[in-house]
Amino acid sequence: MAQTIPHALPKGLETPPAPPGVLCLRLTGELNARSVALFWEPALALVRGGKHAALRVELAGAEYVDGAGMALLVKLEAVAKAAGAGVEIIGLPERYAQLLDLARRAESGDAEAITGGGKPGQGLNFHVLLQSLRVVVNFVGEVALVLYDSLRHPRTVRWADVLHSALAIGVESMPILLLIGFLMGLIMSFQSVITLQRFGGEIYVPNMLGLVMFREMGPLVTAILLAARSGSAFAAEIGTMRVNEELDALTTMGISPVRFLVGPRILSSLAVVPIMTLFFNFASLVGGALVMLSIGFPLVTFTSRVFANVTSADLIGSFIKIMVFSMLVAGVSCLRGLRTGGGASAVGRSTTAAVVSGLILITVADGLFAVLFYYFKI
Amino acid sequence: MQQPEPIITVRGLTCAYGPEPVLKDVAFDVAPGEVFVVIGRSGCGKSTLLKHMIGLILPVSGSINLNGRDIVSAAGDDRLEILKGIGVMYQGGALFGSMTVAKNVGLPLEEYTDLPEEAIDVVSRVKLSLVGLERFGGVMPSELSGGMVKRAAIARAMALDPAILFLDEPSAGLDPVTSAELDRVIRSLAENLGITFVIVSHELPSILSIADRVILLDDQAKGIVAEGDPREMHAGSKDPRVRRFFDREARVPAPTQQAPAQARTIKSPEERP
Repeated sequence: MAQTIPHALPKGLETPPAPPGVLCLRLTGELNARSVALFWEPALALVRGGKHAALRVELAGAEYVDGAGMALLVKLEAVAKAAGAGVEIIGLPERYAQLLDLARRAESGDAEAITGGGKPGQGLNFHVLLQSLRVVVNFVGEVALVLYDSLRHPRTVRWADVLHSALAIGVESMPILLLIGFLMGLIMSFQSVITLQRFGGEIYVPNMLGLVMFREMGPLVTAILLAARSGSAFAAEIGTMRVNEELDALTTMGISPVRFLVGPRILSSLAVVPIMTLFFNFASLVGGALVMLSIGFPLVTFTSRVFANVTSADLIGSFIKIMVFSMLVAGVSCLRGLRTGGGASAVGRSTTAAVVSGLILITVADGLFAVLFYYFKI
Repeated sequence: MQQPEPIITVRGLTCAYGPEPVLKDVAFDVAPGEVFVVIGRSGCGKSTLLKHMIGLILPVSGSINLNGRDIVSAAGDDRLEILKGIGVMYQGGALFGSMTVAKNVGLPLEEYTDLPEEAIDVVSRVKLSLVGLERFGGVMPSELSGGMVKRAAIARAMALDPAILFLDEPSAGLDPVTSAELDRVIRSLAENLGITFVIVSHELPSILSIADRVILLDDQAKGIVAEGDPREMHAGSKDPRVRRFFDREARVPAPTQQAPAQARTIKSPEERP
């Protein structure tokens, strides 16, 4: 550290003449966050710069010392002591003595630091992995039981909640679902037409569109939309209930949160997603039809080619797919919500985690379905 | 004041979140109809004790008998039976935001009884009138004031006519007048219906006016350091830990008069929750 030239010292910090080997710092005026910011570097540079046997800090002219001032004093003391110099603080008004003691205690680290229970930096270890696996297995088991119970005793299901959540998942998502379906059908047909026109194969666009939409895109996009729109809502809703102790309240009432909150949500998703997929497929066909009409094919050609190619196996396959997807998405979102920690940021984290986990599960499941369908030649 | 049959018996209760126990070997009894208050400063384990007593967390060791049944070892239907016998009011009320106040109160009845909806409605209204909220049944929880939310939460906790009510900091965040109203509600429920109250609190005026008996927890002792009538403790206890609580004496030496305001925000490590 370079020796600071004395005449460059800020106003309020002086180095009055002192006996040899003694560095004297005189601080005057108000020692608050503003002035200390100016003094900090030069004062420390002075202490570090030369070899002094002792440091004397004169505070007789200091009218006011706040937390920042105390921090400066304690720091000067620590630096001087580390360099082997004695320290003497003179002229500190009596009323600040206690505050200086507190500051010294905080600086010296006498107070044993208490770390939170979160054990930061531990990362992903085997124990944590096993524990989260246990949570998932527990949850899957409980959900399975709840679904089984609701089949056996339909009267115990909270149908009002199911209906309410079906409206939120299905009906309210219709506009965006139809829009995306329409645009995807339109864009896909348009791009295919451009390529296929070179071979005079535009006539095959409806075949392709029908197959792609019914078998793949319909369930996939509906599931992605479910994860983004409803999965996040599930996680945020249940997560907030966790933060507000509402889940604890349910537990102490002896009501299982899984049965009360997760059950209706999974049931309603299962009920509405096939219909959502159908609507999506329909909208995509409308988009495709628009492209075909615009290049001069009559509507009947389009529809007959689509439905000649799509079989009921495709439709049933897509229903199975979307039901599995929706169960995964709704389940994992609710699980994330239930596992929310404390505080507002935890709700945000679980919401993000819910969408991400949902998307990953959809992709993995879709891959498995592709293999299965190929194997069974569906 | 020795009652013959305690309704709550806690024996050898040790609670821990990590390797360090929060409470060690705690034991006490609560007599039926008593207003029993757990007091102590922040971080001494009051809420931890409550969460263990209502079965939300399992203790490291020990037993908690509620109504003659151990909630620690109970599982399945046994546990459910115990839970039906208690009611809990959470600090923030924890009313379900998607239902009206009356539906909140009626939820346990809806779940556990075969009463028709009409009857549940009547019962909810009766419970609400016990806490002075008979006119607010059709309102959503978000439209209630802080004190009303707590009273509605007590009404919900009483839905199944439990013998024991647990209240977590009933007066926290309430103004003195509302807090006094709530205290009156608690006192009248205890006296008129014979409900046993277990209350976690650190509000001195409230403790002095409602409690029959208190236990004082201490974070250093990790357990009970005093037990008895709060008014006697307040007046005559010589124990420095009791005195510190009742005399509101800070453990950190307070800065002198002229010290800058900022100094008062510096806390010693023991002050941390």
